[in-house]
Amino acid sequence: MKFAVIITLKKDVLDPQGKVVEHTLQSMGINSLKNLRQGKYIEIDLNETDEKKAHNIIEDMCKKLLVNLIIEEYKIKKI
Amino acid sequence: MNSSVIVFPGSNCDRDVATALTNLQFKNKMVWHKDSELPKSDLIVIPGGFSYGDYLRSGAIAAKSNILKEVIKAANSGCLVLGICNGFQILIETGLLRGALLRNKDLKFVSKDINLKIINNENKFCNKYKKNSIISLNIAHNEGNYFTQRDHLKELEDNNLIPFKYCDKEGSINENSNPNGSLNNIAGILNNKKNILGMMPHPERMVDNLISNSNGVELFTSILS
Amino acid sequence: MKITKEIIELHGLKSDEYSKIKLLMNREPNYLELGIFSAMWNEHCSYKSSKIHLKKLPVKNKNVIQGPGENAGVIDIGEGDAIVFKIESHNHPSFIEPYQGAATGVGGILRDVFTMGARPIALLNSIHFGDPSNKKTKNLLNGVVSGIGGYGNCIGIPTVAGETKFNNTYNENILVNAMAVGLVNKKKIFYSKAKGINKAVVYVGSKTGRDGIHGASMASAEFDENSEDKKPTVQVGDPFTEKLLMEACLELMKKDSIISIQDMGAAGLTSSSVEMAFKGGLGIELDLDKIPCREENMSPYEMMLSESQERMLIILEDGKENEARQIFKKWDLDFVVIGKTTDTKNLSLKFKNEVVATIPIEALSSKAPLYDRKWVKKKFDKKKINLKEHKKIKFDKAFFELISSPNHSNKQWVTEQYDQMVMGNTIERSGADAAIVKIHQKDKAIALTVDSSANYCKSHPLSGGKQIVCESWRNLISVGAKPIAITNCLNFGNPENPEVMGQFAENILGIKEACEFLDYPVVSGNVSFYNGTNNNNIYPTPVIGGVGLIKNLNKIKNHKFKKIDSHILIIGKTFGHLDQSAFINELYNIHDGMPPEINLLNEKNNGEMILKLIANENINSVHDISSGGIIIALAEMSISSQVGVKIQKPQKISNIFEYFFGEDQGRYLIEVEKNNLSKVEKKLRENNIYFENIGTTQKDYFELEKDLKINVKELYELNNKWYNKFNGLNS
Repeated sequence: MKFAVIITLKKDVLDPQGKVVEHTLQSMGINSLKNLRQGKYIEIDLNETDEKKAHNIIEDMCKKLLVNLIIEEYKIKKI
Repeated sequence: MNSSVIVFPGSNCDRDVATALTNLQFKNKMVWHKDSELPKSDLIVIPGGFSYGDYLRSGAIAAKSNILKEVIKAANSGCLVLGICNGFQILIETGLLRGALLRNKDLKFVSKDINLKIINNENKFCNKYKKNSIISLNIAHNEGNYFTQRDHLKELEDNNLIPFKYCDKEGSINENSNPNGSLNNIAGILNNKKNILGMMPHPERMVDNLISNSNGVELFTSILS
Repeated sequence: MKITKEIIELHGLKSDEYSKIKLLMNREPNYLELGIFSAMWNEHCSYKSSKIHLKKLPVKNKNVIQGPGENAGVIDIGEGDAIVFKIESHNHPSFIEPYQGAATGVGGILRDVFTMGARPIALLNSIHFGDPSNKKTKNLLNGVVSGIGGYGNCIGIPTVAGETKFNNTYNENILVNAMAVGLVNKKKIFYSKAKGINKAVVYVGSKTGRDGIHGASMASAEFDENSEDKKPTVQVGDPFTEKLLMEACLELMKKDSIISIQDMGAAGLTSSSVEMAFKGGLGIELDLDKIPCREENMSPYEMMLSESQERMLIILEDGKENEARQIFKKWDLDFVVIGKTTDTKNLSLKFKNEVVATIPIEALSSKAPLYDRKWVKKKFDKKKINLKEHKKIKFDKAFFELISSPNHSNKQWVTEQYDQMVMGNTIERSGADAAIVKIHQKDKAIALTVDSSANYCKSHPLSGGKQIVCESWRNLISVGAKPIAITNCLNFGNPENPEVMGQFAENILGIKEACEFLDYPVVSGNVSFYNGTNNNNIYPTPVIGGVGLIKNLNKIKNHKFKKIDSHILIIGKTFGHLDQSAFINELYNIHDGMPPEINLLNEKNNGEMILKLIANENINSVHDISSGGIIIALAEMSISSQVGVKIQKPQKISNIFEYFFGEDQGRYLIEVEKNNLSKVEKKLRENNIYFENIGTTQKDYFELEKDLKINVKELYELNNKWYNKFNGLNS
């Protein structure tokens, strides 16, 4: 069973990278760009058939290692 | 000889290389990245540092700047271009040099003096070095792990486009003497026309025996000759 | 919102402090005003527990241009050049988020330096972690080291020296102290004192977010129903923006536009505006609608207390606005006039066309509470250790264990993560007794060191205070520098505990005594109290950052042996003091007893003698003897040079352990070539300097009679193996 984890900085946390990328794109003429934040995307393949269990395992991975809960938040999606 | 050092927001070895160039009798100008005109130059240096904070990918944002269009034009018409550290990363992002610079194998920033073996000296940047001699320069980077496709690697090796490789004190080129995981211990590469050099080590930090050593001097004096 | 007892408590204010606020205001403060008081009256900003003690420190001499009280201290190094420097702690943020905590610590101290007009030229750090076997240690260590590197490397200022130490006293409270050093033209130093009425107050740098806002408001449940959003947001460092801010400020400083400038550090906009107005005896009026905000719907409370990084406040001369604006525009930074200076002596804040706060500036600064907290003298444990009562251990085994211990093992794996060479002026890097940084394009250099000795300070705060100043002095002397001045970062536990306050008071007295005797004044510093958890206070850990001057670049020394067959001399007397030594601490796990005594007169004589020997080029290398005693100092000289030694035990010593592991103070090792020996010995005798000749350098082997013999290559490996083991085991 495959999952995607999308990790982004929490809403209020400064994202220096996103800020610079946003500014560069804007100065390249992309005027409709309003806001850009950068994050991480991780694909995980699990040997598990029960979706709920699998979800819990991924959740556990996020909390134990993948995500820095102090500054980041995450979403888990089945793919 | 006229040289130009390109300055991006976040460049931080611009002054160091300018000092080295001036002390070695180059007539040097600093060029701001927003400028659209390049002063007449025999040598263009893209210095080390963290242009745009290394955000997104090292060198990616600097490669899109105004002045780089001019640098590409000059390079294509044969002007000498030297990219050091972040400058090497920028040259790769512009496509002037091929390959990629990945995260160091240990996933850590590495700053130390390393040894280099001069593999090829038949180019404008290394002709003052003796072939197979060993020099010591300083490295300081996060992403210096050179990678390229197999056919390009063969081209680099076959056409003498690798001026130096990381080695140990005795000159052995092996995994133990590879500080960042680069393919074949590559520390720098030339383009096919040999007028563009990208290198991770910092020659401008090795121009004064009081401070470190003077192994970097020959790189600049090669260009002058 | 009504100010309740709970709200006052959440703001860290005591009830009598709140009464004082009402008295000073002549009314109840509103919520915003309370927040401002709490930010200005907390320990960090007000120094309310430490001030009366800090006043005792010597802060002036002929070299001092600016002592404590400004963003950083300034000393004169001749020819119109001045050095600006300061050390600061970022302990608590680094424990919560080690990478960002350490990174923003570096960013903050750099701003303190370039705010004064100086271009930063070097960074140093002193970092202390818990026991390596503690589960949290590895993560904290790796995070802090990469955070320090991440910020310094990116902004392009070399990290040239530091110390990394382990002790279980820091298990729940690590220390991250960062020091920055800058170079400035003596005539172009900028200060924070505002001058003139109706001058533009300008905000420059990054936008304001909800970063690091005092837990108080966020923890208050009535404030907002969405509880997740209430935790204070961790500050994220942006070294790229700081680099731009630094270049923009330095560019503006070349012109005559700035009246005063102050960085927004702790308590952000509040403390910076109050500081500038107070020093100038003025008032300040800010229009909060103009503050560049990163988030939507930020309240005045949040704007005033935000600790977003990479921001500055500038008061401009009339008519200089456009010129200044152009510079900041060039560097893609915000530049907004947010207010003006006034003659009201009030901090006055407007938001949405309403006055939302009016506070007398003095109430926030000079009238802030000051405490002479109760303190008790440390009781001493006079019992001396008697080795015979403890387990027997072979000399070589003891040495091998100590040289490969976490505290004495090689720290290259740390320093290799820091760019030490950028700016092209680093003559001596980490690993030397002191780093040496050349003054750009001049024939002189400064020497820099950071030092601490928590074990000594814990067992005898007064003597420990003296010792740590002397150690700093010695480290500068060892590279051939004349010590000029220090900055100190005083890391202590809870000041409301009389024992902790006693450690502080006595420690300051020790620092004072040594600084006065050595004419080595304190020009800047920082106090960090409340280090510890649940009444478990950390060992008192003052960290001293020392700066020395080298006028002749040909008279520099380091601790690497240069030749074989040289003589090795110990300068200073060896008594064999083992209590509180690394040997007893780490090998026997014994932590009581007194630290070695400090004899300031010997200290001064020995140090000055070393400088003379270096000046006359009579000696090849110098190393001070500190933690681990003679044998560890010798090993460090051998490891760094890969030259061996052949040491003889002096005949009269009673105990080999005491002699070689003892930590008596004021001692140095020097390497003297054979043909210089008689000259050097004569000079030492003439000056009544005690010395002993303990052997010679030799090829390949590190040897002490029959007690110890090891190849220098193996010794190098031994000194390096701890980290690989540590890193491998826990990953």
